[in-house]
Amino acid sequence: MGTVKLPAIDYAALAPMLILFGVACLGVIVEAILPRRSRHGVQLGLSFLAIVAAFVVVIVEHGKHKTTIGGAVAVDGPTLFLQGAILVLGAVSLMLIGERSIERGGPFVAQAAITVGSQKDLQQAGDRDGATEVYPLTMFALGGMLLFVSANDLLTMFVALEVFSLPLYLLCALARRRRLLSQEAAMKYFLLGSYASAFFLFGIALIYGFSGGIQLSAVHAGIADPKQSEILLYAGLALLAIGLLFKAALAPFHVWTPDVYQGAPTPITALMAACTKVAAFGALLRILYVAFEGVRWDFQPVLGVIAVLTMFVGAVLAVTQTDMKRLLAYSSIANAGYLLVGVLALNQRGLSSTMFYLVAYGFSVLAAFGIVTLVRDADGEATHLSRWAGLGKKSPLFAATFSFILLAFAGIPLTSGFTSKFAVFGAAVEGGQTWLVIFGVITSMLIAFPYLRVVVMLWFSEPGESTPTVSIPGFLTSAALAIGVIATLVLGVVPAPLIDLTQNAANFVR
Amino acid sequence: MSADFPFLGILTLLPLVGAIVVAVIPRRSAKLAKQVALIWSLAVLALSIVMWVAFKVGGDRWQFHESYAWIPSWDARFTFQADGIALVMLMLIAVLMPIVILASWNDVDQEQRSAPVYFSLLLAFEFTMIGVFAAADIFLFYVFFEVMLIPMYFIIGSFGGARRQYAAVKFFLYSLVGGLFMLAAVIGLWVVGGHTFDFDKLAQAAHSIDPNTARWLFLGFFVAFAIKAPFFPFHTWLPDAGGAAPAGAAALLVGVMDKVGTFGILRYCLPLFPEASRWFAPAALVLAVIGIIYAALLAVGQNDLKRLVSYTSIAHFGFIGIGIFAFTTQAGTGAVLYMVNHGLATGLLFIVVGMYVARRNSNLVSDFGGAGKLTPVLAGVLFFAGLASLALPGTAPFISEFLVLIGTFTAHKAYAVVATAGIILAAAYVLWMVQRTTQGTLNPALEEVPAMRKDMTLREKAVVAPLILLLILLGFYPKPVTDVINPAVQATMQDVGTKDPGPTAVTANGGVR
Repeated sequence: MGTVKLPAIDYAALAPMLILFGVACLGVIVEAILPRRSRHGVQLGLSFLAIVAAFVVVIVEHGKHKTTIGGAVAVDGPTLFLQGAILVLGAVSLMLIGERSIERGGPFVAQAAITVGSQKDLQQAGDRDGATEVYPLTMFALGGMLLFVSANDLLTMFVALEVFSLPLYLLCALARRRRLLSQEAAMKYFLLGSYASAFFLFGIALIYGFSGGIQLSAVHAGIADPKQSEILLYAGLALLAIGLLFKAALAPFHVWTPDVYQGAPTPITALMAACTKVAAFGALLRILYVAFEGVRWDFQPVLGVIAVLTMFVGAVLAVTQTDMKRLLAYSSIANAGYLLVGVLALNQRGLSSTMFYLVAYGFSVLAAFGIVTLVRDADGEATHLSRWAGLGKKSPLFAATFSFILLAFAGIPLTSGFTSKFAVFGAAVEGGQTWLVIFGVITSMLIAFPYLRVVVMLWFSEPGESTPTVSIPGFLTSAALAIGVIATLVLGVVPAPLIDLTQNAANFVR
Repeated sequence: MSADFPFLGILTLLPLVGAIVVAVIPRRSAKLAKQVALIWSLAVLALSIVMWVAFKVGGDRWQFHESYAWIPSWDARFTFQADGIALVMLMLIAVLMPIVILASWNDVDQEQRSAPVYFSLLLAFEFTMIGVFAAADIFLFYVFFEVMLIPMYFIIGSFGGARRQYAAVKFFLYSLVGGLFMLAAVIGLWVVGGHTFDFDKLAQAAHSIDPNTARWLFLGFFVAFAIKAPFFPFHTWLPDAGGAAPAGAAALLVGVMDKVGTFGILRYCLPLFPEASRWFAPAALVLAVIGIIYAALLAVGQNDLKRLVSYTSIAHFGFIGIGIFAFTTQAGTGAVLYMVNHGLATGLLFIVVGMYVARRNSNLVSDFGGAGKLTPVLAGVLFFAGLASLALPGTAPFISEFLVLIGTFTAHKAYAVVATAGIILAAAYVLWMVQRTTQGTLNPALEEVPAMRKDMTLREKAVVAPLILLLILLGFYPKPVTDVINPAVQATMQDVGTKDPGPTAVTANGGVR
């Protein structure tokens, strides 16, 4: 054994994560010392400041291409791009999370531990301000995601996975309305997520056994020159993949998605649909492109089958849904399938188009869930599809916005949904995966139907007695919606700047 | 104006600006919205006429080329250019638009419907149609090809008749399915064609594509266009959409939008995949001939006026189809001329039928009977529109149908002979429809409908007059149009690599009629 040498640490490269984790800890202290009524404003302000500061650091760091703290963290094009994406999408989610004017006290419950249905619970549902712990929790989650996409060894990746998952499990349980559904969602997410994490960890152990190292470069070297049985490699890769496929909501590891998306408070659903997706696919890209590139011929067909299965499950089951949040959940599953098609191109264009897709989809899905928070009746959000009939007559602007987002999901040109689909399909054909594109096109036809059905309901049906009202959004929600819709339009009409950005960023450090 | 003037770019954007302007007019100023829309469409028409004059007949095949950067990393650009075929289609939409706006003047006056939205959608539709004909970048073409569904979808779904929801969704899904097949083919073409969407570059690279790949790519494009046109067996959406759409919009739907299908085959399938086009031609010819006979038979049996016109239109698209896939210049010119004439004739027929439907508040032939006694002028116009539609000599469609048939006869006698039977059926469905609605004894129920006692108003006469005039004019003197079309078709047929067969015996022509 040589002398222990402290690894060099590039603090600037780690700064975005350090800022978020620091502010998260600060937020916990704020909870302890500030009076209840001033916490909301302070926490919200702090969180925004932290995100902006972290984003500025990411921009300043652009062009960096190195690994730091002993190879545990890689700072390269994809890291910085995906971190920037998580921060921007996180900021927009935070706007939805921080909205207090749509519902009294906000979308979160004050004390999640009170027994559902008890006297105290009824009381807090009515008039108590929601928990402000959501802000530090969100900061922890976002910080974990930043680390997840930059992790350059498997253990760091596992730690990051846990750091961003645990706050999300908690956040899922905090819905103000439909408490039981929310708690069930959190429980389901936690249990299944723990299994997935365990698989992931077991996979790390096997890969370590195979290659003798946990750094991605060591795994890469191990594959090029195998010293151990390749059974370890394949079993390890399969178990690692299960952990990541779970987070990315790919079939057959998608079953939690509709329940969790439906039960979680809608702003948290939006956060998961936008940011968790970026984080999960960011890690998947890094693992497949950096570590396991040498066995691409082995995993490509298997993951290809998973992509096809995911697209079909998402598209077919979306047709049968009657709840808006579940419909959007299945739509997000189908979109995960399209993303995997881009990943499986396994070329530079595949990397850049997947990153483009993640950003484009993130903005659209944030806008979609933002609108879901607005359609309400006395019992909170009215998410049953039949309740949305005729909204076009009552609130044309919101119906038009939502229709636009749905057309984007359906991949109609002049929306980001089209350009991003085009990008991943183009990359896949170039990468020799034409069969995936054919299935992608077929499922796009299938999934157009549920979107179209909603558009029909919004515009061509007459409003009934029970048609809910569309709440006037507060400033934060309006801003989030505007950002989501404008991004969807701009990325559909002039996608060139972002495409160039992703292409310049598409270069992993090994 | 010089030839460098960016005609096509401005012509494309002009209706879009108009659509936005009309959309922001408040709902209560319905009249203002209509007037603005009409004037705007007339401005588009004026610009198109200037462009027509600026087009050098016998000059370059592609004129008015302009190109602007869009997505450099994919080599997708805003590129526009027009040959004779595109030019006549642009002219057709520009001519029909003001007529349709005037014809739809009172269609949306009910309480619940917003006139600014309707007329804004019409102009938005014109924007997408002009874009789709003017684009010379396949990515741009695809964008317009898909986006044009949206205004029509809302026109049918929000302003249509009884089964509008069903019809709108069916229309959208059918077209989307075709479009997505094309998307796969576009991506494939982009990869094998050297990462470019530029039409000229791709056309040059066309011969180096592996024949097997080219056949698959051809199929992707062809299915999209066959659904759009529509050819048998992809036609079932059209009667529903045409039956449910407001009459003016239906005239545009059948008169112009469906032409995108046949235009796309001429513009993209044939030059880009010449070998595959020849390989698939027999199959396409068979489908086209089946379409002629099958749709004509269905039209004979229809009781719904608008569905009947839709079926006649499918039969006519069969003629255009055999004209294209016969691969002779004569038949090809006939097919393109048919596209123009069919737009005028069927447009007129839809608009006139719409006038009757608006009066009677019913689409059904059986609800009419002897209507000519109450509305002699309108019945006369319906009769004329019917005759034009069945290609009576002296009306424009005769020339195109004749050209298609003799052009096809020189190359494929059997198809021409079977298709000729379609003419007889055409006479049957048109004359029978005219007879059952306007001739014979007066249906007593008609007299009880006050609107039925009103013959054509001045507005309605102004709507039909230009169409009737054009149909007669082009029936006797089609030269200005054929001179524009002919070189473009010749060049397209050269792309396919077929030679015109020698002159045919004149006796064959005698046998046609």
